[in-house]
Amino acid sequence: MTTHLTARNAVVVAMIAFLMLVPVYAATTGNTFMMTLFTRIIILAIAAVSLNLIMGFGGMVSFGHAAYLGIGGYVVGILAKEGIDSGFVQWPLAIALSGLFALGVGALSLRTRGVYFIMITLAFAQVVYYVANGLDRYGGDDGLTIQRRSEFGGLINLSNRTFFYYLCLALLLATVYLVWRMVNSRFGMAIQGARSNERRMNAIGFPTFRYKLICFVIAGLICGLAGVLLANHTNFISPQLMHWTRSGDLIVMAVLGGMGSVFGPVIGAVALLVLEETLPHLIGLVTHVFTGKEIAAAKEYWQLILGPMLLLIVLFARGGIDGLIARSRNG
Amino acid sequence: MLYLIEQSLNGIQLGMLLFLLAAGLTLIFGIMDLVNLAHGSLYMLGAYFAATLIEVTDSFVLGIALGIVATLVAGMVMEMIAIRPLYGRDHLDHVLGTFGLLIFFNELVRLIWGPAGLTISLPPEMLTAVQVLPGVFYPLYRLVIILSTLAVGLLLYVLVMRTRIGMLIRAGASNREMVGALGVNIKLLYTLVFGLGAALAGFAGMIQAPLAFVQIGMGENILILAFVVIIIGGIGSIRGAFVAAVLVGLIDTMGRAFLPDLVRAFLSYSAGSSAGPALSSMLIYALMAAVLVFRPEGLFPASNK
Amino acid sequence: MAEPLLRVDGLTKRFGGVVASDDIMLDVSAGELHAIIGPNGAGKTTLIGQLQGEIAPNSGRIAFDGRDITALPVYDRSMLGLARSFQITSLFRDFTALDNVALAVQAHAGHSFRFWRNARAESELRDPARAALKRVGLEGRADVIVSSLSHGEQRQLEIAMALASRPRLLLLDEPMAGLGAEESARMVQTLRELKQELTILLIEHDMEAVFALADRITVLVYGRVIASGAPADIRANEEVRQAYLGEQEVVQAQGAGLGATHG
Repeated sequence: MTTHLTARNAVVVAMIAFLMLVPVYAATTGNTFMMTLFTRIIILAIAAVSLNLIMGFGGMVSFGHAAYLGIGGYVVGILAKEGIDSGFVQWPLAIALSGLFALGVGALSLRTRGVYFIMITLAFAQVVYYVANGLDRYGGDDGLTIQRRSEFGGLINLSNRTFFYYLCLALLLATVYLVWRMVNSRFGMAIQGARSNERRMNAIGFPTFRYKLICFVIAGLICGLAGVLLANHTNFISPQLMHWTRSGDLIVMAVLGGMGSVFGPVIGAVALLVLEETLPHLIGLVTHVFTGKEIAAAKEYWQLILGPMLLLIVLFARGGIDGLIARSRNG
Repeated sequence: MLYLIEQSLNGIQLGMLLFLLAAGLTLIFGIMDLVNLAHGSLYMLGAYFAATLIEVTDSFVLGIALGIVATLVAGMVMEMIAIRPLYGRDHLDHVLGTFGLLIFFNELVRLIWGPAGLTISLPPEMLTAVQVLPGVFYPLYRLVIILSTLAVGLLLYVLVMRTRIGMLIRAGASNREMVGALGVNIKLLYTLVFGLGAALAGFAGMIQAPLAFVQIGMGENILILAFVVIIIGGIGSIRGAFVAAVLVGLIDTMGRAFLPDLVRAFLSYSAGSSAGPALSSMLIYALMAAVLVFRPEGLFPASNK
Repeated sequence: MAEPLLRVDGLTKRFGGVVASDDIMLDVSAGELHAIIGPNGAGKTTLIGQLQGEIAPNSGRIAFDGRDITALPVYDRSMLGLARSFQITSLFRDFTALDNVALAVQAHAGHSFRFWRNARAESELRDPARAALKRVGLEGRADVIVSSLSHGEQRQLEIAMALASRPRLLLLDEPMAGLGAEESARMVQTLRELKQELTILLIEHDMEAVFALADRITVLVYGRVIASGAPADIRANEEVRQAYLGEQEVVQAQGAGLGATHG
């Protein structure tokens, strides 16, 4: 048990150290792509951690989590377009609206179970997606470029790449810590009890619906923040922010990293997105080894490998990377 | 009035397509307890198969017929290799595993047919309109879609309600262990049911294709609509899928046809053009939310579920 | 006699054409152990389900401590002091034994909208939970994951959880089901201690245990109460003998009753 915990902790510490050093590496090598990639990874990791709060700990498999990314992003974009650049207005409004949406979706969908819940959360996310598509003033399905990142009265400057990176990282670590405190608190016990055996929770006196609903809303708030960051990162919003496959990606991150741990989804986000970037090169390398030259065409079809990999992970690596770390140490 | 009739027929036509998809989904869910996100891939595969086969055979009807067989076989192979290990796992595993398959099939299609997409052109004799009511003309091909999907639906009804395999399917949907206890080869039954669902989805994809494009990801949006259909109809119920499919088809089409004008009447012209489609999509989801609030198991909950 | 702790009046529940509860009248006085017996399909579990609130009756009234609770949801009844242990063991399988009981304590320690403090370090939750585990003899197994406990231990844990919610009326649904002789004996011992301080409504098939423990017995057949009274009266009741107890079981029951008077 203790070796398991230290092995886990070692990975967590190593990962955090690595993330802290990315800008240093980028600065020394001039590799700006790496900065862009890892800023994106960190932001999506925030979203994945928030999804895992409801999915891994609360047993609520939401297939519409990208909707909050969209809501957070669109509030920033729309306000910016209307000339309101202040982050003091944009950020709280974006987060509050995400929470409000989660409240409505949760109140309706938490009446259902299992596959109904999965499909309903997906359907509600589609509503937001279509609404965004219909917003002609804000780019419709082409999306909208954000001219200026959120302003904080000159206190901080989000346009500074390095600063923005560390801000996102700090928010990620704060989110992980917050969620970790939460899952170990009385609230977390109530949520996990409801995942494990809801009927029994009612029998011993827990009105589970309201705990699950609040949990659902908290996850929505956090993911709304991720949406705010994403819009500021790319300076661009479009309905693609909340395409349903994006919700699928977030689920993949949580499962890949390991739903049993709070930090798992961070590892999952890094693993998935780094894999997406490196798989084409790996395929190129393999074709080089076997044929003596890189077959450029083969590199294009890396998703041909990614898809079956997901299936194999589901079949053979339950518990995700976190589970593998735990098992390797326990023998 | 003419417009209304035409739009109603369009709505029914969309509803029938949705029914083909939803019937397969709901069968597969009811019998194998499997959530299949890759069902839309079979819709797409059907369209690609048909496009190629129509070109090869130079016959629309033959191409479609062979395309159905090809999708059936593809579905059965897919079941045996990739779907079978997912039975008995929880729904999250199904979502993830079949999400992986969906990514795979999109890429596979891109590899084989290229990224550009294809078109299926109709035989010239289909390109006319027929008089359905005095003074009301309607494109022949759309009428063919409605009638052929109705025929398929009827066939499905006969298959499920009147044949031995249909009895097993119904029994399997309500009590899995019992069918196993009867000494039926469950594995084979599952493969057949999945193949049947695949063929239905493929058929939907290929007959819709001449009205739209054959392209990668074409099955995804309509798949989500099909999920909405089975939620409204009640998971596991074919009758529910039929009623809900027609309902959703009508609402979606009517909303698109009339809501923009309605919005324009109250707001501005541009508001109508932009908000109309979004509003009509929302109508469907509002219907779904209402059904869930009042009947959380859908309109026609399958018994014993 | 004072107002009974639990009063069931005309409770009726139909499932389609089957009448699972047929105009049931039942009183449970404070302090007694009231057993409900009846052949399979008599509607005992349906009755408990209605008392606990998972099943809504078609008609009739349930009063707890003078208050009408017929329309209250499950968790509110639990707050009033109605605790149920389940026939099919129904625990939080991926939690430890102590976590399970601590959850039951937490349910009755105010609301759970507390997001920050580590619940596993709160002595306010852990101490009563340990005490409840000790009552059922599981103190040495506190940190074992439930799925690793034996069937008998899980049954004991069920009781500990019910105890931890500080009930005023304990609804026990076949606590002996599936237990070996030794485990059964331990369960009888546990129940004997509990009845000193708690009111208990017990459903049980084990006649030996029922006649050893019960102050009063109600016999349910096809959803109807056919007799209710002291164990001796039930044993002597001709209708009960004919309708329910086979000759074999009557002999056993008498043996058990005799054993109880001697002991």
